[in-house]
Amino acid sequence: MEQLINSTVVDLSRFQFALTALYHFMFVPLTLGLTFFLAAVETAYVVTGKQIYKEMTLFWGKLFGINFAIGVATGLTMEFEFGTNWSMYSHFFGDMFGTPLAIEGLMAFFMESTFVGIMFFGWDRLSKHAHLAVTYLVALGSNLSALWILVANGAMNVPEGGHFDPVTVRLVFDDIVALIFNPDAQAKFVHTTTAGFVTGAMFVMGISAFYLLRREHRHFAACSFRMAAVFGICSVLAVITLGDVLGRLDYEKQPTKLAAMEGIWHTTNSASAPWLIAALPNDATQENSFEIGIPYILDPIVAHSFTTPIIGMHELETAAGPRIESGIAAVTALRHYEQTHQQADLDQFKAHEKDLGYGFLAIPHAPNQDVTAIAPDQMANVVQQTEPDILPNVFVTFWAFRIMVFLGLWFFFLFAIGAYVALKNKLDQNKWLLTLTMWSIPLPFVAAEFGWITAEAGRQPWTVFGYLPTFISSSTHTVGYMVFSLIGFALLYTTFIAAELYLMFKFARLGPQPHDHNGTTDAAHASVAAAH
Amino acid sequence: MDVYTLLKIVWAGLLCVLLIGLGLFVGMDMGVGTLLRFVGKTDGERRAALNMIGPHWDGNQVWFILGGGAIFAAFPTLYATSFSVFYVVMILLLFSMILRPVAFEYRSKATASAWRESWDWAFLISGFLPMFVYGAAFGNVLEGVGFHFDWMGQYYQDSSFWSYLINPFAILCGLMSVALSIFQGGVMLMMRGEDPVYTRAKKCAQWGAIIAAVLFIIGGVWVRALSGFVLDSGDPGMPSNPMTGQHVTREVGAWMHNYAVHPILWIFPLIGVVSMFVGAALVAKDSPHVAWWFGALSWIGTIGAVGASMFPFFMPSTTNPDQSMTIWNSCSSEYTLICMLIVALIFVPIILWYTSWCYYLMGGKVKAPAITDSHNY
Repeated sequence: MEQLINSTVVDLSRFQFALTALYHFMFVPLTLGLTFFLAAVETAYVVTGKQIYKEMTLFWGKLFGINFAIGVATGLTMEFEFGTNWSMYSHFFGDMFGTPLAIEGLMAFFMESTFVGIMFFGWDRLSKHAHLAVTYLVALGSNLSALWILVANGAMNVPEGGHFDPVTVRLVFDDIVALIFNPDAQAKFVHTTTAGFVTGAMFVMGISAFYLLRREHRHFAACSFRMAAVFGICSVLAVITLGDVLGRLDYEKQPTKLAAMEGIWHTTNSASAPWLIAALPNDATQENSFEIGIPYILDPIVAHSFTTPIIGMHELETAAGPRIESGIAAVTALRHYEQTHQQADLDQFKAHEKDLGYGFLAIPHAPNQDVTAIAPDQMANVVQQTEPDILPNVFVTFWAFRIMVFLGLWFFFLFAIGAYVALKNKLDQNKWLLTLTMWSIPLPFVAAEFGWITAEAGRQPWTVFGYLPTFISSSTHTVGYMVFSLIGFALLYTTFIAAELYLMFKFARLGPQPHDHNGTTDAAHASVAAAH
Repeated sequence: MDVYTLLKIVWAGLLCVLLIGLGLFVGMDMGVGTLLRFVGKTDGERRAALNMIGPHWDGNQVWFILGGGAIFAAFPTLYATSFSVFYVVMILLLFSMILRPVAFEYRSKATASAWRESWDWAFLISGFLPMFVYGAAFGNVLEGVGFHFDWMGQYYQDSSFWSYLINPFAILCGLMSVALSIFQGGVMLMMRGEDPVYTRAKKCAQWGAIIAAVLFIIGGVWVRALSGFVLDSGDPGMPSNPMTGQHVTREVGAWMHNYAVHPILWIFPLIGVVSMFVGAALVAKDSPHVAWWFGALSWIGTIGAVGASMFPFFMPSTTNPDQSMTIWNSCSSEYTLICMLIVALIFVPIILWYTSWCYYLMGGKVKAPAITDSHNY
């Protein structure tokens, strides 16, 4: 390190990445969910030959297209930003991280992007069965895409399948099987894609509810509502199950994240420890200034046991002390080795290698930000100052997690009742349910966003968990560069969302058109005029 | 030659192929975007033009994503450093690339003429700018870039971004790349369009090819006078660490060394120039289908010529030439390169197979769709 990167630049880089990633993820879940919904509806069309299913495919397909375009476009930003804003991260971790991203491009993204064109334009040129196959390929492609992205993300959170190489000063890849079957990645994949299915189901259900309330397209809407509710209840059960698996993985692999999610400052040592429904975690005093919880259920929820203590954040900080000191020794030895290439330095480094990341973490607290120059009498002080830095922002992580969980339970409730009422054919008698469903359309998007915030804010202070702190991962830009790009993103993304919402509302209000396909201009034109 | 060196060379070759594919396919769509306002005077003509590339632009754009992905996976240090050093232009490129898909999907979904006009301008900007930046990047790299590394591999910028933007040689390269994209886009419009789009596109394609050829020749002469880089010492099989381990000097005309040692390499610039002129002639003779292939050859010739001249450099440093990034010192580990090669060998043939099937399926002439038809672009 020549000098620590300007902390404003790091913060702005984080802000930009978070902003663009969350924005991108407003479109992804609906893409994931609607592709499979479309495939299911089109299958019904091919099997039964009923025209209503074709109308459903075309109508929901049009809304899918509006959403897909921005999803693809903003996904590009993500690929670019690792290079443009996180140069040290990409250099340090690119050997492992670049592989799943490139495979995603080759295996999935190419497929969905090529076939989505055929899906929209190929109705007249393909047989029914061939078109259905194309729709399935789009669905498969978008979900495979999610798989590889989450494999990459899993590696950031639980780096498996690589080791640190002192000669090239970076993590090198050594095991593709470990990378792919990283339990964190696998659980996240199912959790995220099924959350996408929930989003798709709620979207279809909500818009159908809107038609039912307005007494328009009733047969079409009831049919869509029923299919979506059943699709939704299956999906939400999978989301909750895998969410539980992820929580247990965090407990094992990322205890700081788990403790922050649950707001546990002190190790629990009795079975009566409460699961907090609400609390006000205070990051400055490192205590909850207020909390309400349900006793006895924390341990079963987190560890699936009644006897395992959940380690608190204070205890995690204390336990990190020796690792920080050992990490400082690792950085010092590595620095010497880069200059001298002496075996003795390498051996010294190897002895402390596993704590390297904790040594980087101490950089801001070292005199002149140089951990190799810490005098023995300063060591205890530096270690003590570094200890609290191992924690993420607890308030954000705690509440992001809670919002996601509460919304998840709400979806379960709504899909269960929705499916029951729809299968009993009593939708018309239950206006309150239709109204609730319609107003719930945005909620799965909110839940998905807070899911990401939980996972990635909870990963802090690391970009590569345990190896590379966020504050040395970014590019060495000036504040001016960041202001330039942030203003650009703000203008462009605001325009996009305005255009997207305008079109979504326009076509959703317009509803499905009879023979809604290629022309029939007069009818379409008349209804456009009527809608205005 | 050891396996690692061989893998590095194979991946540099694949990167070349991706860059050619990117120039060709993305460039073609960009050319159509740039020309949209000029070949289509009425809304119907513009929609017809958009629908000619409608089923394919999304798949074509993946060349661009794959190019980025391949650099990230196979040359992570190059990816990290080049994207950061060229931050301002990279962000402008990115804005253009994300504007385009949205423009495609949204332009014709509402009927107001202000709405459609705005998106047409978006097509012009997002067609011209990326191709300009693409070419200019080659220009900047040929001239060398001001950066150095610290011991951990973090880069530091040593020259202002203005020096990359306002730079006559880079501007020349940028314009050349735009001209080639206009040629390819014009040819595409001829292949699938009818009059009057056809006639207007023909004129643009012809001028595009001729201007590209002229700029290419001027650029070639200019490169001889540039201060190039020579790798004095540096083992091709070295561990991928750009911080230490090689010695590089600068020398006027060094970019011509490879041509002097291996005269066979002259084939690249030769193919480039000849194909551009032949392409222009074929357009004049109304044979766009054959001209398309000469457009492809032009890209092969152009990128091949730059690669032949710079090998093994990727991004030489003017401020600390010893830390220049080369094929040898900015790549992934041997394990990663092998993994990625296996994946590429499996998937690239599959991709080529279904991409060509899609072109076959959606071929034929395109007419203007009805104004309110929201299923077409």
